[in-house]
Amino acid sequence: MGIRITNVGPLCSVQDGGRYGYAEYGFSVSGAMDLFSHRIANILVGNDRDQAAIEMTLFGLSGEFTSDAVIAITGADVSPEINGVSIPSFQAVKVKKGDMLECSFAKNGCRAYLAVNSGFYLKKVMGSLSTNLKCKIGGYMGRALKSGDLLYFNTVAPSVKRMSKRVAGLSLKIENPARLGVLLGPQDDYFTEKGIDTFFSAVYALTNESDRMGVKLDGAAVESKGGVDIISDGIPLGAVQIPASGKPIVMTADRQTVGGYAKIGTVISTDVSVLGQLRPGDSLSFYKTTPDRAKEAYMESLNILDGLDRRLNHGVFYRLKRTRL
Amino acid sequence: MASEIKFLYAGDTGLVMEYGREIDPAVNARVKRVCDALKADRIDGVTEILPTYRSLLVTYRPERISFEALRERLISLDAAPSKDEKTTAKVVWIPVSYGGAFGEDMPFVSAHTGLSERQIVELHSEPEYLVYMLGFLPGFPYLGGMDKRLTAPRLKNPRTKIPEGSVGIGGEQTGIYPLASPGGWQLIGRTPVRPYDPGRSKPFLYGVGDFIKFFPIDGAEYRRIEESVSRGDYICRETLKALKSRGGSE
Repeated sequence: MGIRITNVGPLCSVQDGGRYGYAEYGFSVSGAMDLFSHRIANILVGNDRDQAAIEMTLFGLSGEFTSDAVIAITGADVSPEINGVSIPSFQAVKVKKGDMLECSFAKNGCRAYLAVNSGFYLKKVMGSLSTNLKCKIGGYMGRALKSGDLLYFNTVAPSVKRMSKRVAGLSLKIENPARLGVLLGPQDDYFTEKGIDTFFSAVYALTNESDRMGVKLDGAAVESKGGVDIISDGIPLGAVQIPASGKPIVMTADRQTVGGYAKIGTVISTDVSVLGQLRPGDSLSFYKTTPDRAKEAYMESLNILDGLDRRLNHGVFYRLKRTRL
Repeated sequence: MASEIKFLYAGDTGLVMEYGREIDPAVNARVKRVCDALKADRIDGVTEILPTYRSLLVTYRPERISFEALRERLISLDAAPSKDEKTTAKVVWIPVSYGGAFGEDMPFVSAHTGLSERQIVELHSEPEYLVYMLGFLPGFPYLGGMDKRLTAPRLKNPRTKIPEGSVGIGGEQTGIYPLASPGGWQLIGRTPVRPYDPGRSKPFLYGVGDFIKFFPIDGAEYRRIEESVSRGDYICRETLKALKSRGGSE
């Protein structure tokens, strides 16, 4: 058994670490928008870190557990309660059959993750449980979750050891403006020196046209040398496209695989997770970073995940993990 | 040859291997060849390989492999003589019902090009189109080789919903919409086959480096094939085409 959803916001979906290996056929990778919080939630409940969890967007989810479970909620602060009593985020919590979970509108941040021990009993599509809303595949019937949906868990008898230690010791902190590290390229040579200066000094605001595909920004236009059209090529996660308007668009989980706008730079992977927590109206600025410093940030984030995984789960899942391709 | 290759950063987990900045079948074949070699290589840490017109985007885990090591590996894969040089390519035959309700922009394309509908069908179904890459939608092919006389501008106001299977012309390009989607191309026909079907053992009919050949069918044939497709027993005709040997290896 699992959780019966009683109330849910408009953009709540099942997401895992992403659907890899199909980009060459035009498939978005999808996956959690804030992979860091998503992975923390999974590790807290003893899962493989890339397992599927529920991603809530601004609106919290409410539901009734139809079996015992161990859950963790991370990311945005959605003030979770069980039977009307507040429970902590970034911590594993035991729940009983019949318990009511209630999450509210996010107090800070944009996306919260609900992971359950053993994961959700759903069918993988092309190797992944991530919901691809455009293609209507993956997750729960290929769509966003609705009130009345019943999601089964892979186990009805969770056995999670060391419950008292399952605290991440983390909370979501969002700077204003948020500062995102960017590595220049692959097409920074399409922009003037002045354009690149503008890009790194301006403060941009997230527009309402921001979703899982990309984050459209408003602010100073970035000057190009002679247009921004390129021969369409691959769009990496975090790519900052500059369309004809000069206003940057950061490409995220559900981005198109290829595109014809020049990409001035790419937000480093750890900061893509930060971006996943910003909401329309929030502001951000970009700073230039180097490959070495980006690697340091990446390793620091990985070490937090590995450390927690080892401490809680003996690193079993970590050792079993293999490269996907 | 290696001097013309550029290696570019695509963030801290991505590398772009770029062969110049033009659309050329020979360049695309080289991209495809390195892509296949890299796949066969099964390098630990590589998570995604995306071939496009003239470049390869490789996604990797920095804790497993470095940008530099990946670059060196790609350079040697590009330089290595191909063990089994491809001498043939797959041609996938796609049935298309042209004009009428399935190709509502046919009158516009006819007026714009000065060609009769019949000439448009003939010119459009004549070539074997190279699949340079897929993107935009799953199974959406970026095709090369359309007759320039068929060039037609994109719609000023893109449609909010183009039906699945629509065949259209956008500028000098032609292609198929594998899923219902917004889009701005001039629609000249529709195919009953599904270029992408997640329920099929092979979800995609064609990949990069394959060729597509459109052939005209009438409305009755369209319905017959459509029924066969929904039963899951329609098999697209496939033929082989000889390739010219790769330049530069002599």
